[in-house]
Amino acid sequence: MTSRSATDPVLVVDDLRVSFPNRDGGRFEAVRGVSFTLGRERLGIVGESGSGKSQTGRAILGLTAPEGLVTAKRLEFHGTDLLRCSPRQRRELRGGRIAMVLQDPKFSLNPVMTIGDQVVETLLAHTRISAKEARAKAIAALEAVQIDDPQRVYKLYPHEVSGGMGQRAMIAMMLIANPELLIADEPTSALDVTVQLQVLAILDALVIQRGMGLIFISHDLRLVSTFCDRILVMYAGRVVEEIAAGGLADAKHPYTRGLLNCLPRLGDNRHPLPTLDRQPEWAL
Amino acid sequence: MSGSKVGMEVKNLRVVYDGFIAVADTSLRVNAGESLGIVGESGSGKSTVLRAICGLAPKQSGTVQLIGQSQDPLPLPGSKPFRRLVQMVFQDPYGSLHPRQTVDRILAEPLAIHNMDDAETRIERALEEVGLGTGFRFRYPHQLSGGQRQRIAIARALILEPQILLLDEPTSALDASVQAEVLNLLEDLRARRGLTFVMVSHDLAVVTHLCERLMVMQRGQTVELLSSIDLAANRVSDPYTRTLMEASTGFRRGSEEIGEPA
Amino acid sequence: MNSAADIAPKESLHNWLMSDRPQSRRQAALGRAYGGWRTFSRNRLAMLGLAIVIALVLIAILADVLAPYSPYIGDLRTTRLLPPSSAHWFGTDDQGRDIFSRVIHGSRITLYVVVLVAILAAPIGLVVGTVAGYAGGWLDAALMRITDIFLAFPRLILALAFVAALGPGIENAVIAIAITSWPPYARIARAETLTIRQADYIAAVQLIGASPWRIVLRHIMPLCVSSVIVRVTLDMAGIILTAAGLGFLGLGAQPPMPEWGALIANGRLYVLDQWWVAAAPGAAIFLVSLAFNLLGDGLRDALDPKGVK
Repeated sequence: MTSRSATDPVLVVDDLRVSFPNRDGGRFEAVRGVSFTLGRERLGIVGESGSGKSQTGRAILGLTAPEGLVTAKRLEFHGTDLLRCSPRQRRELRGGRIAMVLQDPKFSLNPVMTIGDQVVETLLAHTRISAKEARAKAIAALEAVQIDDPQRVYKLYPHEVSGGMGQRAMIAMMLIANPELLIADEPTSALDVTVQLQVLAILDALVIQRGMGLIFISHDLRLVSTFCDRILVMYAGRVVEEIAAGGLADAKHPYTRGLLNCLPRLGDNRHPLPTLDRQPEWAL
Repeated sequence: MSGSKVGMEVKNLRVVYDGFIAVADTSLRVNAGESLGIVGESGSGKSTVLRAICGLAPKQSGTVQLIGQSQDPLPLPGSKPFRRLVQMVFQDPYGSLHPRQTVDRILAEPLAIHNMDDAETRIERALEEVGLGTGFRFRYPHQLSGGQRQRIAIARALILEPQILLLDEPTSALDASVQAEVLNLLEDLRARRGLTFVMVSHDLAVVTHLCERLMVMQRGQTVELLSSIDLAANRVSDPYTRTLMEASTGFRRGSEEIGEPA
Repeated sequence: MNSAADIAPKESLHNWLMSDRPQSRRQAALGRAYGGWRTFSRNRLAMLGLAIVIALVLIAILADVLAPYSPYIGDLRTTRLLPPSSAHWFGTDDQGRDIFSRVIHGSRITLYVVVLVAILAAPIGLVVGTVAGYAGGWLDAALMRITDIFLAFPRLILALAFVAALGPGIENAVIAIAITSWPPYARIARAETLTIRQADYIAAVQLIGASPWRIVLRHIMPLCVSSVIVRVTLDMAGIILTAAGLGFLGLGAQPPMPEWGALIANGRLYVLDQWWVAAAPGAAIFLVSLAFNLLGDGLRDALDPKGVK
C-alpha cells in the first residue's frame, strides 16, 4: 500500500464541469468550473437544490448519469487521473479507496439482503479473504459504528432497523474496505436531529482515527459549519465562497450572508424573516 | 375579513395502528386566533395527531371538538361544514398536488365541491394572495418549483376560507431561502385573515418563529407544554425538550454520547 | 424573403405548445399532449406500429373502394383456387372468391372486434379495479374474487358456452372475448390505485370533502387510464388471435363473412397444395398483431407519468 504522506493532497479538482443535454437540444450546465484541493480534512460543500453540489460528488466517483458530460483540467485522487483511468480501475477505486454515503438508507441499502450480507459483499469485492474472515470483519465494522449488538443487527433486513441504524450500517459498509476518501451526500438529512449528531460523531471519530479525507455535501450551512474544517458554498454550479470553520460570521459573499440571514434562529424575533434577494450576477 | 372565532379542543386522542400506539391520550387546546406548535422527532406521533383531527387517521378513542362563539352549533369533525372551517397544508410539495391537474383545476375543485360560485374571481384572488401571478394558473405541477408548489398548496387550503389551518411540516422539504419566503407568507396570511394555526415541525427554530405555544411529543406522549418565549429563554422543565434544544445548536466535538436507538 | 415568414409561424407554434407558462386551459392540455407525442414519435418502431394501425383503419373504411372484386361472390368454374397473379394478388379460394378482396373486407371485422372489446372490457376493468383499490375491505375482497372467477375462464371454453346458449355469431364472440378480457385491467387499475391512494394529493381532496365517487372518478381514474390503455393496446394482438381462433372453430364470424380466422380455417384444407389460401390472412393477422404490440410499447414509454416532461 502506498504510504500516505501527511502533505499529499488526497484529491485535486481543477475546473470540474458537468453538463447534461436538455429538452431543446442545448446543454444544461450543472457544475461550471469547480476547483479545490482536499487533504486529510473535513471539507463541506454547501448549497441549495440545483447548486450542483451532488453532481460534484458524483462526478468525482464517476457516478454521473450516462448522458452527462464530465470534463476537468485535473481530477486526481492520490495522483490517479480519475477521468482518464479505465473503467476497471475506477471500479477498483470505488468502494475500495473512495467511498460514498448517500442520503436515505431506505433507498441506498438493498432491501432484500440482510445488513450483514451487504457489508460482507462490499468486503469481498475489494479484498481476497475467506467468507469466515469476512463475516468477522463485518461484525467488527458494525461495532466500530457503535452498534451495540452487531450479531443481531447482522441478520436484520434494512426495513427492520431505524433510519439512524441504517445509516450507521451504510457507513460501516462504506468504511470496511478502508477508503482514503469518503464522500457523504446529505448523510444525515433524513435523520432526526438527535440521531444526526450521533451519526456525525461516528463519522468524526472514524475520520480522525483513519486519517481519511471527507467531503460532506449538505444543504444545512449551520450544521456543516459546526462539523467541517472548511466549507465551500456553491451557487448555480460554481463555488462562490470558501469559509474556514467558525468563520461563518465573516462570510463575505452576499449569497452566503443572505442564506445565513434568512434562517430562523431560536430566540430571534425577526418578523418578517429577511429573504434572499437573488442577484443575477451571482450566477455568472 | 373577519377574524377567526373558532378554536379547537382535542381530548384524550388515541390512535392505534395494528396494535402500535401512535398517539396515546393526547390533549390540546387552541383558542381562536392562537397558534400552537407540535414538536417532536420521527415516531413521536405529531403528524398523526393532525391527521386524526381531519379524519385521515383512524381514531380509536378521544374527541375532537370545535370551540368558540357561534350562533349555530359548531360542525362535527368529518362533516362538510367542518371541512370548510379546518384545512391542512401538507409537507411534501411534490406529493400534495395532483400531477395531472393544472393549478386552475386544483384550485377550482374545492369550490366545485362546496358549490361556491364566482370561481374565476376566487381563483385569481387566491393566486394573488400567495404571491403568484395569474400566469401560473394553467401550469402543471411539474412546471413549478418546490416553493411555488407549496404556495399553491396553501392557496388551495385557503380558498375555502377556513378559520383553522393545520400545517404538517410545511417548509421542511424546501430550500432555506424558499423556506423563509413561505414562512413570511404564512405569517402574513395569518395576520390578515386572523387564522388559527396548529403547526407540526421537527425544527424548533421554525416552530418558535410562527407559534406562540409549543407542545413537545415523544413516542406518542405529550412530554411538555410551554410557550415559545420560555423555550427560547431556556426555561424548559423536561430533559427531552432540553435534548432537542441542544441538538438544534449543531455538532459539538467531544460532547456526544453515542447512544443506541433500537 | 419566404424563409423567415415560413419558419416563424412553425417555430412559434412549437414554442407555444412547449411553453412552461401556459396561458389557458387549452394551451396547457395541448402542450401536454404535444409533449407526449414528441416522446412517442422518437420511437421509430412505435411509429411503424402506428402507421400500420392507421393503414388498417383506412383500409377498413375504404374497403369497398379498395377491393377489386366482391368478397362474397366467386365463379366456381373459372376462378377456383388460382395461385397469386396480377389479376388476383393473393390468389383465389375454393369458392372462386378473390382472397385479396376478402382480406380487405375482413379488416373491417377485425377492427370491429378489437374496438368493441376494448370499449366493453377496458371501462369495466377500470371501474372495478379503481373501486376495489380505493374502497378496500370487504368490497375490495368481493370484487377481486369476482375478478378471479372471470380470470379463471379460458376464452375459448367460454365462447363455446355462449355459442351453445345463444348461437354462433360475431357479436357473441365479441361478448365472450370482452368478458374474459377485463380482469387484467381490473388488476392493473387496482394496483395503481393502491399506490395512488396513499398520496397526499388524494388526502387533500378527501380533506376538502370530496365524495369517494368523485375521488375515484375524477382524481384516481385519470392516473390509471394510461396503464390500462397500454395494456389494452398490447392485448389487442391477443384479442385478434382469439377472434381468429373462434373464427377458425366456426364460433365467431359465420360464412360468408371474410373474418381472417375463418379464412385460415378455410385454407387449412388446402394448405399443402394451395398454400396461398391461408397465407394471406395469416400474414395479415401477424402484421396487425405486431403493429399493436409496437404501438403499445411506444405508448407505454410516452405515457409513463415519470417520463412526461
